[in-house]
Amino acid sequence: MPSMTDEAQQNEAIVSVRDLRLRFGEREILHGISFDVRRYETLVILGGSGSGKSTLLRALVSLEKPSAGEIWVKGKNIAQVSGAEMDEIRKKLGMSFQGGALFGSLTVGENVALPLREHTKLEDLTIQIIVRLKLEQVGLAGFEDYMPSQLSGGMKKRAAVARAMAMDPEMLFFDEPSAGLDPIIAAGIDNLILKLKKAFRISIVVVTHELASAFLIADRVLLLDKGDIVALGTREELRENTHPRVRQFLNRIAEPEVFEELDYLQMLTEKHRPRRR
Amino acid sequence: MPVLGLGGISAPSLLCIRRDTCGLVAEEAVEVTVRVGRATLDSLAYLGGLARLGGRAAYFTFVAPWQGRRLRLDRAAHQAMVVGLQALPILSLITFFIGVILALQSAYELRKFGALHYVSGAVAISMTRELGPLMTAIVVIGRSGSAFAAEIGTMKVTEELDALETMALNPVQFLVTPKFLAMVVMLPCLTTWADLMGILGGALFGVAKAGFTFTSYLRSSLDALYLRDISTGLIKSLMFGMTITAVGCHEGFSTGAGAEEVGRSTTAAVVMSIFLVIAVDLIFTALFYFTGAH
Ligand SMILES: Nc1ncnc2c1ncn2[C@@H]1O[C@H](COP(=O)(O)OP(=O)(O)OP(=O)(O)O)[C@@H](O)[C@H]1O
Ligand SMILES: [Mg+2]
Repeated sequence: MPSMTDEAQQNEAIVSVRDLRLRFGEREILHGISFDVRRYETLVILGGSGSGKSTLLRALVSLEKPSAGEIWVKGKNIAQVSGAEMDEIRKKLGMSFQGGALFGSLTVGENVALPLREHTKLEDLTIQIIVRLKLEQVGLAGFEDYMPSQLSGGMKKRAAVARAMAMDPEMLFFDEPSAGLDPIIAAGIDNLILKLKKAFRISIVVVTHELASAFLIADRVLLLDKGDIVALGTREELRENTHPRVRQFLNRIAEPEVFEELDYLQMLTEKHRPRRR
Repeated sequence: MPVLGLGGISAPSLLCIRRDTCGLVAEEAVEVTVRVGRATLDSLAYLGGLARLGGRAAYFTFVAPWQGRRLRLDRAAHQAMVVGLQALPILSLITFFIGVILALQSAYELRKFGALHYVSGAVAISMTRELGPLMTAIVVIGRSGSAFAAEIGTMKVTEELDALETMALNPVQFLVTPKFLAMVVMLPCLTTWADLMGILGGALFGVAKAGFTFTSYLRSSLDALYLRDISTGLIKSLMFGMTITAVGCHEGFSTGAGAEEVGRSTTAAVVMSIFLVIAVDLIFTALFYFTGAH
C-alpha cells in the first residue's frame, strides 16, 4: 500500500495466530498461543524436543486442525476456510518437511516441476527452465535426473527447498532444516536460508532446536516451551531475557530426570510439572 | 422389583433373583452388548470409509473431468501397465492350472454317467461365472492391492502425503484416481484373459483324455456358454476392482506412524481385500441368482 511507510509495511502481519489451542485426544499440545509473523521477516520457532514446534508449524499450514483459536493467513482464518480457499492460500506457501518428503517415485526435477505442472499452464520447456533455476538456487544444478534415494540427507533438504520455492511463494516454512545433518552441511543449509532471505522478498518461518542456527538466521525468535510462548523478540531481546526457562534453554541446563512415562509426557507438554504421589 | 414395569429395565435384570448376582449379570450383559455394538459400529465405519474413498475416486474419475479438472491419463496408463500387463504371466499360469484342475474334478463325477463330453461346458461355465473373476481378483490383490497400501502407507510415514496437501494437491485425486481407473479397466480385461486361459487348461485335459480335438473342444465350450455367463463374471470383476482399490488405498491412508506400520497396512489390505471380495462375490452371485440373470 502506497500510503504505508516502509516500516509500517515491514510490521504488517502476514500470519496472525490468536489464542491457538491444539489437542490430540486428551492431551493439549498448544495452550492458547498468540503471535504474528511479519511480512518479509524470518521468524525462528525455538524449543525443546516435544514442545510442540512441529505441531505449531503444521497448524500454520492447516495440516493440523486447531481445537480453538484463530490463524489468520493473508486475511483469512484458515481454521474456518473451505477446502478450495485453503488450496488458493497454499499455492502461496512453501513447506519443507523434516525429512524432505520428496516423492520417491519421481526424479528430483519432476519433484520440483510437480506444482508447476499441476497448478499452471506453463509449457514443458518453460517448466524445465524454472526447475533448473530453482535447483541452481539451492546448489543442486545438474541433479534433475537423480532419484531422491540417490541423494544425501543434505541434498534432499535442498531439493525439498527447491520444490517449496517452485511456485515463488510469499511464505516459506521449514521444519528442522538442519536436523540430522553434520555441522558443515547444516551450516550450508543455514546459509541457503540466509541467501533466500536476501534474494527474495519472502517471509520465512523456521522450526529448530539448534540455538546457533536460530541466532544466525532469525530476525525474531519465538521460544516455545511445553506448548506456551515464553519469549518472543529479536535476538538481542532474547539474550537479555531473564525468564528462568529462557536462561535454562539458552545456557543448555539439563532437565531434571523423569522416569515415569506419564510424567515425561506431561513434562513435555504442560506448563506445571505434575506433583504426583 | 417392578417385574412388569419394563420401562428402563434391561432383560437380564428381569431374570435374576438375588440383588448381587443381578448386578453382575446385568453388568456382563451390558459389557457384551457394548462390545458387540462397538465392533458393529467399527465395521460399519470401516465400510463407510471404503465407500467414501471409492465414491471420491469415482467422482474424480467420471465427474470431475467434465468440470474442467484434469484426469491423469498418463498416470492411469502407467498403473494399468503395472496392474494389468505385468500380472499376465502369473495370472495365465494360475488360471491355466485352474482350468486343468476343474476339468479333472468335473471329469471325476461326469465319467460315472458316461458324460465326459460335458467337461468342456462345466469348465467354461465355472471359469467365466466364478473362478475367472475370483482368481484374477486374488492375483491382483497379491500384486497390486498390497502394493497400493504399501505405496500410500510409505508416503504417509515419510510425510509425502502432507507434502501433497501443502502443495494444494488432493491425495485422493492424485494417488487414488489413477489406480481406480486402471483397476476398473484392467480387471475385466484380465478376467476375460483368465477365462480364456482356464478354458485352454480344460482343453488340455479334453484333448488328452476326453476324445476332443482342440477345435471341437473350443466349439463345445462356446456352445455351452451364454452371454450372461460372461457378463455376470465381468460385472463381478468390476466390483472386485473397485473393492481392491478402495481397501488397498484406505489401508494405506490409515497407516500409523513408523515404518513397521506400513507392513501392518499391507497385510491388512490383503486379508481384508480377500474377505471383502468374497463377500461381494456372494452378494452378486445371490443377486444374479434371484433376479434371474443366471
Ligand atoms: N499425531 C499426533 N498424535 C498424538 N500426539 C502427537 C501427534 N503429533 C505430535 N504429538 C505429540 O505432541 C507433542 C509435540 O510434538 P511435536 O512433534 O510438535 O514436537 P516438536 O517440538 O516438533 O519436537 P521435536 O523437536 O522432537 O521434533 C509430542 O509430545 C507428541 O507426542
Ligand atoms: Mg518436530
